[in-house]
Amino acid sequence: MFAFILRRIALIVPTFLGVTLLAFALIHLIPGDPVENLSGERGMDSERRARLLHEFGLDQSLTVQYFKYIGQVVRGDLGTSLTTHEPVLREFATLFPATVELAFFAMVFAVCIGLPAGIIAAIKRNTVADYAVMGISLTGYSMPIFWWALLLILFFSVQLGWTPVSGRIDVLYDVPTTTGFMLLDTLRSGEPGAFRSAVSHLILPSIALGTIPLAVIARMTRSSMLEVLREDYVRTARAKGLPYWQVVLVHALRNALIPVVTVIGLQVGLLLSGAILTETIFSWPGVGNWLIHGVQSRDYPVVQGGILLIATIVITVNLLVDLLYGVINPRIGHG
Amino acid sequence: MSTHSTASRLRILRVALVAAFAATLPLLAPGAQAKGTLVYCSEGSPEGFQPQFFSTGTTFDAASVPLYNRLVQFELGSTNIVPALSESWTVAPDGKVITFKLRRGVKFHGNANFKPSRDMNADDVLFSWNRMADDNHPFHKVTAGQTFAYFEDMGMKNIVDKVEKLDDYTVRFTLKRPEAPFLADMAMDFASILSKEYFDTMQKKGTPNAADVYPIGTGPFEFVSYQKDATIRYKAFDHYWGGRPKIDNLIFSITRDATARYAKLKTGECSVMAFPKPADLDEMKKDPALTVLQKEGLNIGYIAFNTEKKPFDNKLVRQALNMAIDKDAILKAVYQGQGQVAKNPIPPILWSYNDAVKDYAYDPAKAKEMLGQAGYPNGFDVDLWYLPVTRPYNPDGKRMAELVQADWEKVGVKTKLVTYEWAEYRKRSKTGEQQAMMFGWSGDNGDPDNFFVPLLGCEAVKGGGNVARWCNKQFEDLIIKAAQTPKQADRAKLYEQAQLIFKEDAPWITVAHSVRFDPIRKEVKGYKMDATAHHYFQNADMAK
Repeated sequence: MFAFILRRIALIVPTFLGVTLLAFALIHLIPGDPVENLSGERGMDSERRARLLHEFGLDQSLTVQYFKYIGQVVRGDLGTSLTTHEPVLREFATLFPATVELAFFAMVFAVCIGLPAGIIAAIKRNTVADYAVMGISLTGYSMPIFWWALLLILFFSVQLGWTPVSGRIDVLYDVPTTTGFMLLDTLRSGEPGAFRSAVSHLILPSIALGTIPLAVIARMTRSSMLEVLREDYVRTARAKGLPYWQVVLVHALRNALIPVVTVIGLQVGLLLSGAILTETIFSWPGVGNWLIHGVQSRDYPVVQGGILLIATIVITVNLLVDLLYGVINPRIGHG
Repeated sequence: MSTHSTASRLRILRVALVAAFAATLPLLAPGAQAKGTLVYCSEGSPEGFQPQFFSTGTTFDAASVPLYNRLVQFELGSTNIVPALSESWTVAPDGKVITFKLRRGVKFHGNANFKPSRDMNADDVLFSWNRMADDNHPFHKVTAGQTFAYFEDMGMKNIVDKVEKLDDYTVRFTLKRPEAPFLADMAMDFASILSKEYFDTMQKKGTPNAADVYPIGTGPFEFVSYQKDATIRYKAFDHYWGGRPKIDNLIFSITRDATARYAKLKTGECSVMAFPKPADLDEMKKDPALTVLQKEGLNIGYIAFNTEKKPFDNKLVRQALNMAIDKDAILKAVYQGQGQVAKNPIPPILWSYNDAVKDYAYDPAKAKEMLGQAGYPNGFDVDLWYLPVTRPYNPDGKRMAELVQADWEKVGVKTKLVTYEWAEYRKRSKTGEQQAMMFGWSGDNGDPDNFFVPLLGCEAVKGGGNVARWCNKQFEDLIIKAAQTPKQADRAKLYEQAQLIFKEDAPWITVAHSVRFDPIRKEVKGYKMDATAHHYFQNADMAK
């Protein structure tokens, strides 16, 4: 187990290097630069342009810029936003709880609906329920988030008036930020209205973001359950006269969960990338929204730092998922 | 237990969950807006709250408009210059000395770290100016990485020689050359007046740059809080020199997506929205809960010919292609009728607009004949660059390009449509590699100089703003003379002449001036649109 963890951690170093290189290369490959972005239609004289390029450190060769950046990162400095002049790490830390909150509830939504739906589809194989679950999940999987989110807003918010359109809380509640997690902050504020408002603001973005993971989890649970339900030990358990629910939920599900947990772990990456679109549409003040703006304004430090931090989180979550296998199924060793 | 009973339990559970979800939703519905609070759905986050550092309209709306004032300001709804922090001013006959008499009794806001002990005076004006102008000023570089971009872009260092305090309430600006647009420049956001006392206090506390982060101004609203990318809160400033705003609280609800902004306006989550999508306007106008305000834009959308390149170095060709275009059709298809055909490089809302200028009438037959005279009887091939993004002066560059392509085809000119990513587009345009390209401009202030010089002046060929690369001596002399002529009426005459030369020489096809729209809810009273595309809320009120 220990050797396994060491091996995985050793792998992380080249992965990080790859990520920094990729993030650096990609943002520099996009045409335009931050100085160009500043000048707009106005134009800028070459002297001022050269001075700004120098101030931003963009007058050096890309190789020098990259190694300087790596040097900074190693010292824990992700740079300063070229737009707001705030440290990238501080901006990320301010916004990340919003993204985590959204991703968490999207995942809760996806697991709570996807898992039972997959189980139902498996045990009711080739019935209407099965076809319905699979059909709906295929539709959910194929749905562009942008379009789906707008549909949800138009139906639930504009037509029915049940949920707010966007944001994290009704703007009339000025809740002090302590944890950055709106549900916790509103609970601490002691204002029930604020908490209710925060919950209502979470519903649509969680559904929009959780739909694709839901579909994946439902389909994976179904196929995994079908496989496990055919196993001898399941037949034996049933032959022993155990109640069917116990066989399904205790004997079969636990083993069927292994690939499902892998998929859930992989969905974290998907959730973070999906959050970019969801946050933009729902004006959710998280890192996705921030990254999009960073790309638009060619804010190199924000884009590079943001991608690096998100990659770190995804890699860490995947490592944790690998370790979790052992807990779920002791037969899997990490030797 | 049978399979059947498990399934039915699951079914019951499923139904219960769905029912619970549906039952909870209405309880979570958004609440009505509090009385005295106006929520504005803005289009983005400000870069900061220090108007000297930034140059985007989004930041100005959040910073300089609600929080600060300038010595002079544009009368709301027009480009007339009226007193603000200065009650009056005099301009010396040579046009080089401007003396401002400051308003007395103007209070600064306060916050947890600062309580002002005095009213605004000449020290604040000198401080605000000199920290931008003087590289050695103790507060020039107090915030790392920030530059005074707009101040530099407007060439202020080359215009102003010195600023002096004559007494506590009199300030004298001495210019290096007569510069009539200077007063309009002083109404611009970068010229906001800061509190010297606040910066000194913060310096004594060891955090001088805090004064750049937590804004203190003299404006109608005081800053309360900012949650990045989410909300900005302001409260009415009780001691505002112009009278306390009617609303108690102003909240910016930052909503980047225009469809979401519209949805929030519909549901009442906000009362005023920024930048609606042109496609939504018809529906908005039909909604009884909304009013769609509109204002002529201080802008111009145009197609520039690169006059340094063949065949556009020939005036006849430029004139012919002007005649080959059906601008009315473009206005209908691209601007959806919401705008007006342009014949001058400045919009009619601006003083000195020459209405006597005659536009090139749509006449493909004559255009073809003129191309023949110019030596192109069979036309030629041309690359037309079109805008890759929606801009306030041109909602759909591609559609416009297609219409132009079809029109030019009729006179034998084969047009290849070309575009680049927006930043790349601008970058390339400055190198002069284009043959013909779409571009445009939204005015920074209400002075015609702000259109003529950056877009058509000879200096702007070097800077890249003059994408037609057109440098006409006669025109240049007129616009320089106009900038140095103190009286507006005299300046107007010079600009009127300049417009005639421009039309005759045809470096551009002036396509259209777009109209701006501010959709508001019916409860909002007293809100008026500004000419320079800012959003002012001090006169707005919420009906009960």
